Amino acid sequence: MPYKTTIEGTVFGFADLKDLMAKATPERSGDQLAGIAADGPVERLAAQMALADLPLKTFLAEELIPADTDDVSRLIMDRHDPIAFAIVSSLTVGEFREWLLKPETGQRQLEAVAPGLTPEMVAAVSKIMRLQDLISVASKREVVTTFRSTIGLKGRLSTRNQPNHPTDDSYGIAASAIDGLLMGSGDAVIGVNPATDTVDDYVRIVSLLDDLRSRLSIPTQTCCLGHVTTALKAVMADAPVDLVFQSIAGSQKANEGFGVSLALLKEAHEAVRGLHRGPADANLMYFETGQGAALSAEANFGVDQQTMEVRAYAVAREFSPLLINTVVGFIGPEYLFNGKQIIRAGLEDHFCGKLLGLPMGVDVCYTNHADADQEDMDALLTLLCAANVNFVITVPGSDDVMLNYQSLAHHDAVYCRETLKRPPAPEFERWLVEIGLTDRAGRLLEEVPRLANYMANARLPGA
Amino acid sequence: MKDEREGTAAASFDLRQMTDARVRLGRFGAGVPTRAAQSFLLDHARARQAVWSEVNWASLRAALGELKLGIVEVESQAIDRATYVRRPDLGRKLSTEAAKRLAGMRSGADIVIIVADGLSANAIDANAVPLVRAIVERLLARRLSIAPLVLTSQARVALGDPIAETLRAQICIMVIGERPGLSAADSAGVYVTYSPQSGTPDSRRNCISNIRAGGLGIDNAADGVASLVADMLKTGISGVGLKNALETYCREAVADVAGGARLPHRAL
Repeated sequence: MPYKTTIEGTVFGFADLKDLMAKATPERSGDQLAGIAADGPVERLAAQMALADLPLKTFLAEELIPADTDDVSRLIMDRHDPIAFAIVSSLTVGEFREWLLKPETGQRQLEAVAPGLTPEMVAAVSKIMRLQDLISVASKREVVTTFRSTIGLKGRLSTRNQPNHPTDDSYGIAASAIDGLLMGSGDAVIGVNPATDTVDDYVRIVSLLDDLRSRLSIPTQTCCLGHVTTALKAVMADAPVDLVFQSIAGSQKANEGFGVSLALLKEAHEAVRGLHRGPADANLMYFETGQGAALSAEANFGVDQQTMEVRAYAVAREFSPLLINTVVGFIGPEYLFNGKQIIRAGLEDHFCGKLLGLPMGVDVCYTNHADADQEDMDALLTLLCAANVNFVITVPGSDDVMLNYQSLAHHDAVYCRETLKRPPAPEFERWLVEIGLTDRAGRLLEEVPRLANYMANARLPGA
Repeated sequence: MKDEREGTAAASFDLRQMTDARVRLGRFGAGVPTRAAQSFLLDHARARQAVWSEVNWASLRAALGELKLGIVEVESQAIDRATYVRRPDLGRKLSTEAAKRLAGMRSGADIVIIVADGLSANAIDANAVPLVRAIVERLLARRLSIAPLVLTSQARVALGDPIAETLRAQICIMVIGERPGLSAADSAGVYVTYSPQSGTPDSRRNCISNIRAGGLGIDNAADGVASLVADMLKTGISGVGLKNALETYCREAVADVAGGARLPHRAL
């Protein structure tokens, strides 16, 4: 169905809902690459005005990607809860924004409405919200998940300690992990992106991380971020797999590009549950997403990259993950060109994920061919802390020597704790005091020989 | 005052010996010590410069001319660096003039070797001449015919497909500047494709990456290329079908080719 709006006598027309959504999206290179972006700021605003007047119900009547041919669309429709939706079903997108911003709309209301929201509704409202709106609404929404640590409690910030190594060398990984722990990073997960993708390497990596965790009694989880099929084989071999990881995207075809299906994810989820490594109600999955993933797989079907990103959260939601993060600046400048676009996308992704009830984290990062630098990351990190982000990723000195991009440094976790007053998960906070890394006020102390000397005595597998 | 350079009891076992990652930087509050902070900034500046500067084509032309294979220069549809970075699709297509220039030269040689700036001019300036020379020596020793060398700017890997297709070469060897990392801004990659044509999926290519001083050496890289070429001529396959060969030479390839480790990014 076509849409239109008139500004001072000029009529702006939009062919259908996905055209309207794409043209209403704040400027980003990925939608320009796809050839679906607004021509300029006035057309964009015209689209945003038309979008603001659109009843939320429209998104239940008009599909962006037909459910007949796409299992993510089918999942979204199947899981939509009309009773929860009733709270906001009479509102337009513009009125929905106002409802979200009202002080009376708090944790209870946001939790209640979540099953009634589709990714498209959430994406739509985010397009007409400025950064401050995205932060103030997201900060009202607490999404808590648990395993050995409790992640997402309001006023806290967890970190993924990411000890990658270019050849997956056991000592290299362990040394990097220890470096992060000495700076108090790793309460969300200690998680390695493997350079290789064999079952043997996967098992070696989870075994060495589990050895480190259990010998130092760290209240956290470990993960090797290999492909889900590799994880399944490792689970079958009874390897110490805490969390199953997978990259996911917002359409069936894009997920096929990652070599996954909803059925495969379900199988992996059930398999890892069978290991009984955490409490009965532990969250056991870890997902990564990122704007541009669907377009890079030529599986976006003319839908803007931000809406495709939020559709990926519908996939994640199905498996109650412990962690999910957008890799916001990682995919490259053809999708998010500069610091401004990366900062906005990071806050959008976080807001949209939280609104759908997901334990949202962000990899605050950029590549060397993007027009961005560490100062943009300082800004995004500070804004995300204000928005109550569940976790961020840290690496030694901001330099990931395997994936060749820049994320946050372990030092930045210290900044969040000491300047922004965001302590880590309570179990981990206690552990830091017990092992002598921090004082009772959470300030990082001098060296802890037991930790630094772990390496001297460790016998690492495969090394 | 916890600068590790001052030395503490724990420093008796140095994590820095175990990884090239920036471990044990020391800290002042949440701040990195000044020297380490500026060293990071310098590496980033170098990497950005590698992306945004231009290959010294004149010097490249002169040096590669000595190989007596002939040289042709072509460009993609990305008219400048800013367009190139934003529009990978244009970097995969030949400009109209370039397509015409090539159309007059149908070589029908076994191999075409293409040198492309990709995302690092430094990588090409530093490595292209010795690398191409070493590859050419090995191919000629195997009595393979080589088309005129093609130098191409604002180019992505897939630009090799229409070039090789027009020249009717059986195998395309593309030497290209890789997306710079902080540790190395001058790393070249070689992509080898059998029977290339427009629309060839990336899964049909084999790559050898991290070619630079301090990374994979020129001779090892050229041996790897020659071996891939031999395997392709024998089997008529390139890409995932030649995975075993790939694993031998491509241990250090970045996550682009490493399955589910990260979302794909088509840096090249």
